[in-house]
Amino acid sequence: MTHNSPERRRRGARPPLVLVILGCLGLALFIIPLAGLLARTPWSELPRLLGGDLVTDALRLSLATSLLATLIAAVIGVPLAWLMARVEFPGRSLIRAVVTLPLVLPPVVGGAALLFALGRRGLIGEPLADLTGLVLPFSTSGVVLANTFVAMPFLVITVEAALRNLDHRYEAAAATLGAGRWTVLRRVTLPMIGPSLVAGLTLTWARALGEFGATITFAGNLQGRTQTLPLAVFVAVESDRDTAVALSLVMVAVSLGVLVLLRERWWKAL
Amino acid sequence: MSSRRPALIALAVVLVAACGGARGGDTAGTGTATGSSLQGELLVSAAASLADVFAELGSEFEMAHPGVEVQLNLGSSASLRQQVLEGAPVDVFASADTANMARLVDAGEAAGEPVTFARNRMEIAVPAGNPAGITGLVDFADPGLLVGLCAEQVPCGTYAREVLSNAGVTPSVDSNEPDARALLTKVEAGELDAGITYLTDVLSTGGGVEGIAIPEEVNVLADYPIATLAGAPNPEIAARFVDYVLSGEGQAILDGYGFSSP
Repeated sequence: MTHNSPERRRRGARPPLVLVILGCLGLALFIIPLAGLLARTPWSELPRLLGGDLVTDALRLSLATSLLATLIAAVIGVPLAWLMARVEFPGRSLIRAVVTLPLVLPPVVGGAALLFALGRRGLIGEPLADLTGLVLPFSTSGVVLANTFVAMPFLVITVEAALRNLDHRYEAAAATLGAGRWTVLRRVTLPMIGPSLVAGLTLTWARALGEFGATITFAGNLQGRTQTLPLAVFVAVESDRDTAVALSLVMVAVSLGVLVLLRERWWKAL
Repeated sequence: MSSRRPALIALAVVLVAACGGARGGDTAGTGTATGSSLQGELLVSAAASLADVFAELGSEFEMAHPGVEVQLNLGSSASLRQQVLEGAPVDVFASADTANMARLVDAGEAAGEPVTFARNRMEIAVPAGNPAGITGLVDFADPGLLVGLCAEQVPCGTYAREVLSNAGVTPSVDSNEPDARALLTKVEAGELDAGITYLTDVLSTGGGVEGIAIPEEVNVLADYPIATLAGAPNPEIAARFVDYVLSGEGQAILDGYGFSSP
């Protein structure tokens, strides 16, 4: 039972002190603001604050829109990732950059761009409103769209990387055994990139849940229709700090809960 | 004389502080009562909504007094008030509301009683051409229109709700925008059919947004008070500048930017 391999010994050794110090500094950067939030939490008031319409409306809207955005990202983002990973076409690196853009752009700029394109006076929004009467800004659909725009890159990038690193021989073997392309995709490819897919979906959902700038710019701010948790926090912070803290705590609890639940998959993928 | 980016404001304040002693000496040295003999720099802290009109007031004042240079320190009334409380060597404070001025008076920072020098009022803002055919406050109750207000946590949102309540209108609001600028931008882009904001903000868009007057009897007036400060490095010039703002000439300039006389 005792395998004193070099690797085993290395793992058991004490980690370098410099790394421990720097790593703890890194961890502190995440934990200190959280501690600040907890220190400011009016615990005895919490049930009353969380029971209010403002909080329940925002929580319900946030969960619905972020999950819907994740679903849409899965339906259109995974095929995009597959095309980018598997099909040679001119300008592929440019497409890759465009897909990454929402990660880099300030979300407010993303929201403004959505407004220019899909607003009532927008490039596509105007004919869309004329033909169908559909107006996206200031609607719940607008929130979902803003969320999808900002969050989908996480899914596309994660899944594309997984597909590119996949060993093609498994798919080739399945094909020689008589499996059609659809069966290969369903029975071999998707299961093999499963952990990455889950990680990408989780990141996408988490980003959508926290989305603020694009949402308030494109969809406005109305309780029950477009006011998600981050928007409610932003408005409350100026006037009612207790409610703002309570709302933030809900966001932390929901996010942390889901991330911890998915931890197993998460580690495997990253 | 120029409006400065926020990053430079602190620097300006420090520089003016460093020169403060010398400037005081200059003024005392020339010491005569005639306007043209005034020498030195004047630091005026003015609310952001006063940026354009105070730029003009400042340069007119400089022309009348060639030895004087007016420096504008622009920001929200609350942050300007806080700077003074922390010892910024400001000569004149012009606030967009009475609350922030009252806090300086309570702290003993104002020299004498503040005077209301201008009033602003609310107006309905619609996109150029008024595509939705908005006629008045009653349209804010129409659920078929897209209308926005400032969030009730910020002053322009409080004022707008006061106006609607005075008019007996229960609005069907589609968005509570975080500040007056955000609201104006969405109206200007035509995404909102109408919003309620400050009259002077509507005028500042230079036609990008059209204004529809709110009836006098339901409108709300925002008072803008001005005062020289107890710690003013140049109290003599400060008093002259306040006099100028309150003079017929100063009031005419304010009127040109949409402010009304108190």
